[in-house]
Amino acid sequence: MAFKRQIDRLPIIPADAKQQNVTCHYCIVGCGYKAYTWPINKQGGTAPGKNIFGADLSKQQETDTEAWYAPSMYNIVKQDGKDVHLVIKPDNKCVVNSGLGSVRGARMAENRRSDVTGTQQQRLEQPMVWRYGTWQPTSWDDALDLVAQVTARFVEKDNEDDLFVSMFDHGGSAGGYENTWGTGKLYFGSMKVKNCRIHNRPAYNSEVHSSRDMGVDELNYAYEDYKLTDTIMIVGANPLETQTNLFLNHMVPGWRNGAKAIFVDPRRTVSINAAQDAAGTENVLHLPINSGTDIALFNALLSYIADKGWIDKNFIASSTFAKGEAVAESGTHPCALGSFDMALKAIRISTSEAAKICGVPEADIIKAAEWIAKPNDDGSRRKCSTAYEKGIIWGNDNYRVVGSLVNLGLATGNIGREGGGVCRLGGHQEGYFRPGDGHVGRPAPYVDDLLIKGKGAVHHIWANDHYKTTLNASQFKAVYNKRTNMVKEAMDAAAGKSREELVEAIVAAIKAGGLFSVNVDIIHSQIGQAAHVILPAVEAGEMNLTSMNGERRLRLTEKYMDGPGSAKPDCLIAAGLAQHMERVLNKMGKTDYASQFKGYDWATEEDAFKDGYSKAHTDVTYDRLRAMGTNGVQEPVTVFKDGKLLGTKRLYTDGVFNRHGRKDGKALFAAATWRGLQAPGKQAQKDKFAFLINNGRSNINWQNWFLDQDNDFVSDRYPYPFIEMHPDDMKKVDVKQGDLVEIFNDDGATQAMVYPTETAKKGETFMLFGSPQGTQGNVINNGVNELVLPNYKQTWANIRKLADAPVAVSHISFKSKEYRSA
Amino acid sequence: MSGCNKLVDVGRRQFLRGGSMAAACAATAVVLPNQPAKAAQTARVEYPTNRLGNVSDLSDNEPLDVSYPDEDAPGVILKLGKKVEGGVGPDGDIVGFSTVCPHKGFPMNYDGDSRTLNCPGHYSVFDVEAGGQQTFGHATQNLPQYMLRVDDKGDIYAEGVDELLYGRLSNVL
Repeated sequence: MAFKRQIDRLPIIPADAKQQNVTCHYCIVGCGYKAYTWPINKQGGTAPGKNIFGADLSKQQETDTEAWYAPSMYNIVKQDGKDVHLVIKPDNKCVVNSGLGSVRGARMAENRRSDVTGTQQQRLEQPMVWRYGTWQPTSWDDALDLVAQVTARFVEKDNEDDLFVSMFDHGGSAGGYENTWGTGKLYFGSMKVKNCRIHNRPAYNSEVHSSRDMGVDELNYAYEDYKLTDTIMIVGANPLETQTNLFLNHMVPGWRNGAKAIFVDPRRTVSINAAQDAAGTENVLHLPINSGTDIALFNALLSYIADKGWIDKNFIASSTFAKGEAVAESGTHPCALGSFDMALKAIRISTSEAAKICGVPEADIIKAAEWIAKPNDDGSRRKCSTAYEKGIIWGNDNYRVVGSLVNLGLATGNIGREGGGVCRLGGHQEGYFRPGDGHVGRPAPYVDDLLIKGKGAVHHIWANDHYKTTLNASQFKAVYNKRTNMVKEAMDAAAGKSREELVEAIVAAIKAGGLFSVNVDIIHSQIGQAAHVILPAVEAGEMNLTSMNGERRLRLTEKYMDGPGSAKPDCLIAAGLAQHMERVLNKMGKTDYASQFKGYDWATEEDAFKDGYSKAHTDVTYDRLRAMGTNGVQEPVTVFKDGKLLGTKRLYTDGVFNRHGRKDGKALFAAATWRGLQAPGKQAQKDKFAFLINNGRSNINWQNWFLDQDNDFVSDRYPYPFIEMHPDDMKKVDVKQGDLVEIFNDDGATQAMVYPTETAKKGETFMLFGSPQGTQGNVINNGVNELVLPNYKQTWANIRKLADAPVAVSHISFKSKEYRSA
Repeated sequence: MSGCNKLVDVGRRQFLRGGSMAAACAATAVVLPNQPAKAAQTARVEYPTNRLGNVSDLSDNEPLDVSYPDEDAPGVILKLGKKVEGGVGPDGDIVGFSTVCPHKGFPMNYDGDSRTLNCPGHYSVFDVEAGGQQTFGHATQNLPQYMLRVDDKGDIYAEGVDELLYGRLSNVL
């Protein structure tokens, strides 16, 4: 049977419950929620005067009611040391989600640690150090002293290249302006660490270099643009599943208002099916291109639109660079940038040629061009909002493909205007505020590859799990286990010895090729199994945390509960580490270097916010953000006036483009010529193996997965990562639904559960990425682009049966995920 | 997402195709949640035993509109023609579900081809052959299913529900 909670009533929120602002900390959309807390020995009643809603709860409430919450929205947690009831429910007054909850956010309460209800017992409560062959609990001072002592042996004032750092750069979750500043001040301020990487990629780099180099920030619109536009174009993204309430609350109304939809995706997703319901099938165009051929498509669209004269000549003349080449192609710029004419000449490709490369009808490419840019019958310009995400960001030829898409937006005058935008849909929220990262260099060091090659002595990891989410993961794990085991063995051999002797043993093991691994996280992650020191962090809600969403909406999530045990905000962990570094370096006689670690006297996360973000944005304070509630303010904030923070609805409305830092304020076009599969090894893999192993996330397996591996509702739906296969392909490899298969190629192997999918293209599968039970990255080769952007999407492998469907999947639904209308 | 039928109105009319309305019989036992919170969380409410129909009323894969545990809680009973977990009756194939989407309370459509309940509000899909598991969607719980019993006359009784129904903080009001 499907998982059922067997809960048939819930405590009622009393009228005087405490209310706290919450922004969902999972995806970039950042839906507004309210957290209600009240004493454990109190509850409200069904009479209107006795509950927070003022509603008669003895009656059935209507559709879309505010006066209901699901069991997943309830828990019992600690607040100021006392047990309290907690309800976290969507906020109807938040303009982002208008009361809608996603399958992720609407389980925030259930996914809090509770010692009363027993949820999320996997959360880390105290620092742990590898001792006596396992991880043993210890104090913060003991753990941080060991980290500082070992780290200090491998850093010099002018050379910190043996310290490798993996650190999140995002908002939401356990990120945000407070925590990116805390970690950033330590590694980019006190130190200048070069060998670092970000949580989801093997280097410290932008995912959209070309858009920024062209002068266009990747989050330039407002969500309301989807309701104001004529065409919504979605590229390499599946927003119904991964930006759910942006899709439901902004895109669907746009389609219901008559907008057309273009989807560029090799796979038919549930987003396409839902758009057909909302807009009418005749108003939805799906271009199921051959995987990785997007550049040919976008270049053909631009060529056709230019030839038809549908470009926005005035916009190009006033807002874009006019004279030939502005930036030459080089090792730092994978294609030249410059004027429209220069770029058009370089990228020109016919619709017929693109149709052959992309494997879609030429007529459909022309239809897409018309839907994007053909002027209306009255001669007015057509508006188009374009959204893209990992399908191209983590796909073929990142720099050129993003550039070729931004070209289209610029040429048609769709950036900086109502109903326009060429934007990332995004993953996490944003929340980046750090000292400059120029010392990292461009291209940035390929950190995971350097670790494989034996580089690095000490590795600090902040909420990264390479084991689940990197490329070339088979090799990475093998080497990482070996190197960290060398240190574990040395620590085991030094059991019972003094701190000095222990540090010397660790240093010797590192010098013999070992790696000392420090893991800061909220749970004991997979890469954390290799760690020598584990430091427990808290998340949004267990601390005050500020982030901005995909339309740059800045909000404060208020702390509504205590963190587990002695877990701390990352910014305060970084501060503690800095203070221990200062002490240890002083003791070593390196007083000059030690003095660089001053300035971390923060008692709270708000102190870190004031030290970082607020210094650059003096109008923005916690009090003012709290007053702005779940609607917050769209960045950049312009002024504080009449008790309110005022912001910026969309960027570039003045036609001045500055993201590249050019003084002329002119946007650049990209000479993004199509050049086939760019990353090394991809074409050979395609030629050798039978199946495309396309990959990505699902509605319930997304940025919540680290918690949801311990959630019954989610793990009951997909006990193992699925791989969607066409029934004919299933016959070819002789498997049934639910069977476990091995996916293998020359780079590694992994496993998944077969999910029959009629709409899949033959020879093209789709596997869940980032699963704890089957790492898709095991079969992704190590090929990256010139700026070390990984290509996860273009992966080919063979498939063979491992086992009949296990008992754990015997009860689950293997039906089509597509909604069917009456 | 506004401007749709309100649930309370929907509950008083038949919205699924076909089927005859079964009479709700037993008076509902109103249990106010006045116990300490922890007990309230684990204790179950007292459900009425309501006759929803007779096995002879059912044809394979033809939904029968019902309501349970009261007339404001619309649902459906189905004879699936194959034995399923939780199924009752001589063939172990009769199941009953709430037809109100546990995401935002929209009334759902039954698709006989796929044997799923589908929500026109936000595109969620529930599999009636898999205990109401959400095949895809936004609800944070699987579809509330009725605990059914069939007596020797073929009368089908509902005697409980396994998840919280949308729009009420106690399944029995």
